[in-house]
Amino acid sequence: MLNNSSTEYGLITIFIHWISALAVLSLFALGFWMVDLTYYSSWYKTAPDIHKSVGILLLFLTTIRLLWRFWATMPAPMPTHQQWEHQSARWAHRIIYVLMLAIMVSGILISTADGRGIWVFDWFQFPAVGELFDDQADIAGAFHQYAAYSLIGLVFIHAAGALKHHFIDKDSTLTRMLRVKR
Amino acid sequence: MKKHLIAAVMSSAMLAPMFVANTASAADYVIDTQGAHAFIQFKVSHLGYSFVMGRFNDFSGDFSFDASKMDQASINVDINTDSVDSNHAERDKHLRSPDFLNTAKFPKASFKSTSVEDKGDGKFVVNGDFTFNGVTKPLAIDAVMIGEGDDPWGGYRAGFTGTTHFAMKDYGIKMDLGPASANVELELVVEGIKK
Repeated sequence: MLNNSSTEYGLITIFIHWISALAVLSLFALGFWMVDLTYYSSWYKTAPDIHKSVGILLLFLTTIRLLWRFWATMPAPMPTHQQWEHQSARWAHRIIYVLMLAIMVSGILISTADGRGIWVFDWFQFPAVGELFDDQADIAGAFHQYAAYSLIGLVFIHAAGALKHHFIDKDSTLTRMLRVKR
Repeated sequence: MKKHLIAAVMSSAMLAPMFVANTASAADYVIDTQGAHAFIQFKVSHLGYSFVMGRFNDFSGDFSFDASKMDQASINVDINTDSVDSNHAERDKHLRSPDFLNTAKFPKASFKSTSVEDKGDGKFVVNGDFTFNGVTKPLAIDAVMIGEGDDPWGGYRAGFTGTTHFAMKDYGIKMDLGPASANVELELVVEGIKK
């Protein structure tokens, strides 16, 4: 039920997957929108604060997720899929994880370049790493932006693949990430 | 009587170079950015309740002046705009972006004096062309001579302060910080070492 089996996802994996999906899409939409806010918008300060707080929490969740991934049993790829599908899905997942981590780390490098930590919803402060290289805020900022576009591109392919398997191939690729078999 | 004559001749011979020095052409100075004895500080109202202050860390320049002929003085300053520093990494990143200083496209700002009006009492007005964010417009700086003289290390220094202000909109700055924050005040400290 909680754990994965060799053919099915358990509740823990499913929960982390969908929370992360919601967070990634929300962070992208919020980030894309907030950078063009005018100074007197009531969101001008609030939106970046929420963006940073959710980002830090997602970094924690992703760290747990990767540890869980190595520790727990992962279901085998669908036997009905082609070998090239297994391979491309594996690489897409790896690149998604790498991009997520890189985006979150670069976001931290933008905000903490001056030695200020990041407040997570006034609950606690994530410590600053300081300025590790010249022009850190600008370089990390450009990287953060383009890596986020790349991630959303991959998310789109990932979702399109899941929908293709569900509606065209009519297999359980999508449903096994949606419901838990007893 | 003879003694007095000799004394008069000698003293005038000794004093003569001083008068010559005073009427000589203006001396050239390099602004002491190497020793950081010069500052370009800015101040912008925050919401009308307070101020944000910051500075440009990287600039260079020189000036030429003679305290007795202030109206012939001149000054040139070049500023690397990506050295903007308001003590906040996120804000500085925003200041460098196309919303404000557009430093990737316009990495240099400059001030080149065109004329100086001596207002007496050590006060003067420096008129010049200020190039900022790719826009060049005339700008007048109210300046005060602070002092000049030998430094303890074998050099000769002269120093001034200056203040001016301009509307961000006049220099094509896109970001609208609201009516209370439309203007930038600049405070300058310029110390030069005689070349």
